[in-house]
Amino acid sequence: MPSQLAIFWRSFAENRGAVFGLGLMLLLILVAALADVMSLHGPIEQFRDNFLTPPVWEEGGTWRFPLGTDDVGRDMLSRLIHGARLSLMIGFTLVAVALTVGTSLGLTAAFVGGTVDVLIMRLIDVILVFPSLLLAIVVVAIIGPGLFNAMIAVAVVTLPGYVRLARASALVELNRDYVTATRAMGASMRRLMFDTVLPNCMAPLIVHATLGFSTAVLDAAALGFLGLGAQPPTPEWGTMLSSSLQYYQRAWWVLAFPGFAILVTVLAFNLFGDGLRDALDPKLKR
Amino acid sequence: MTVLMQAHDVRLHYNVGGGLFAQKGVVKAVDGVSFSLSAGQTLAVVGESGCGKSTLARVATLLETPTSGELAIDGKPTVSVDAAARKALRLSVQMVFQNPYGSLNPRKTVGDILQEPLVINAQGNAAARQAAARAMMAQVGLRDDQWARYPHMFSGGQRQRIAIARALMLNPRILVADEPVSALDISIQAQVLNLLMDLQAQYGLAYLFISHDLGVVRHIADDVMVMYCGRPVEHGPKASVFATPRHPYTRMLLAATPSVDPTHRKTHLTIKGELPSPLNPPPGCAFASRCPHATSLCTEQRPEPRELEGHLVACHHAEAIG
Repeated sequence: MPSQLAIFWRSFAENRGAVFGLGLMLLLILVAALADVMSLHGPIEQFRDNFLTPPVWEEGGTWRFPLGTDDVGRDMLSRLIHGARLSLMIGFTLVAVALTVGTSLGLTAAFVGGTVDVLIMRLIDVILVFPSLLLAIVVVAIIGPGLFNAMIAVAVVTLPGYVRLARASALVELNRDYVTATRAMGASMRRLMFDTVLPNCMAPLIVHATLGFSTAVLDAAALGFLGLGAQPPTPEWGTMLSSSLQYYQRAWWVLAFPGFAILVTVLAFNLFGDGLRDALDPKLKR
Repeated sequence: MTVLMQAHDVRLHYNVGGGLFAQKGVVKAVDGVSFSLSAGQTLAVVGESGCGKSTLARVATLLETPTSGELAIDGKPTVSVDAAARKALRLSVQMVFQNPYGSLNPRKTVGDILQEPLVINAQGNAAARQAAARAMMAQVGLRDDQWARYPHMFSGGQRQRIAIARALMLNPRILVADEPVSALDISIQAQVLNLLMDLQAQYGLAYLFISHDLGVVRHIADDVMVMYCGRPVEHGPKASVFATPRHPYTRMLLAATPSVDPTHRKTHLTIKGELPSPLNPPPGCAFASRCPHATSLCTEQRPEPRELEGHLVACHHAEAIG
């Protein structure tokens, strides 16, 4: 009998897009990990005689700056590579925070029930009422701009999905006999929550986290673009976009490449998340 | 024989509704059940769906606290005591569930499932726990190489063996089995029932056996309690209840049992109508609406259980029937 992992991989590999997404994701992670080795120059290193140098295949391009330089003479490729590290770090941190906090809140709501449940879920409903980016802007406006604060803001607006998903799955699992059996053995509430119920709720949460990763990257970039996230000269893709907006007619590469990087990252994680959902959902299995 | 579990007039009522527009109501899921269960004995509780069998099982495993009445385990009360005392007593009652597909944690291996009760109650060290779990596997007829497998790799009968093994890990004295074989094939049912009977003989376990299958009950039970709408209507030794059923409901249930032997096929007594709503039960006998013998007395006054031909019957006209 094949192991669960092998079964999972077989149904996952059927989805070409998902495998493509996984490959792209691994490539991004590799680039981010090896950023210091792969980049030709420092991300904030300026070359004063090379402002807005075009990419190598355009007229006037040079192999010294394969993707050109920006308005203050920084190498685009090096900044993009370091930006990948930053974006992935933002994504992973956000997802980890939102997943941990959201799951704990959702499980607490499901297990304790009553007033606590109502309190948590109504609070989540209030967060859901506002458009996520708008709420993130409000949060940043209150606690001030900056990468860390932007991450807190995005974490707050992505929380509801995790809380609701964790609560709903936990409520389903709580009615199963194996939970009753564990309870009859005298298991503590903490054990029931984290050892018995949580592992069985993980599949939808993992899928949501993977898809939420791209939302997190996108939201963080959007805040950066609005000047509320990472501040210059941090090589964050959204911030790079906003600071070079005025050159788009003269030097397309300063806008196209950061935008393309965001697109590829979001696409990779979305494709992977989609495939993951299909592979983990028993209802879609034949 | 030592009495392990004694229920005295146990009632469990749920308050329902009471929302903004909904009317408040009380569901009498279990309404005045008394029984005593001795070591090595099996009390079978039978009745149709919704009669309160499974609620009684949850009360007996101390997962639910009765609204009134007393349930004593080993002579110690469980209703009127604090949570700590209940928790200590709870471990001497374990449960086997109806659906073997839902009662095992799908993310744990058989080994982990069997060791979990010991881990939770901090019994023994890792080596001792593993030895105990492996011994229990052999006891219920599972192979040692199935130790690291997950529940989804087993058939229904094997899963039920795992569930029984898990229930026995804490050396309980009472096992509550909520329709343990009704989800299994007939051939597997016999195997699991025989396993249960072997274990009972070996450990002197007391079984509270919930079932709707009278064929199974005939095979395994010592005492039988027939429940209807949360109340016992007939209760006594198996032989007496099966030979001389006095309550019209019991007679209908027995008549409805399929049999391959044509000489055993009795007259066709069919049960008409539905169970009355437990939310708003009629004042008299709950069975009156479906009973061919019902008189005005039945709809006005609730019959209390009384001794007749060696067992208890709750029917006004029990003497006239039969």
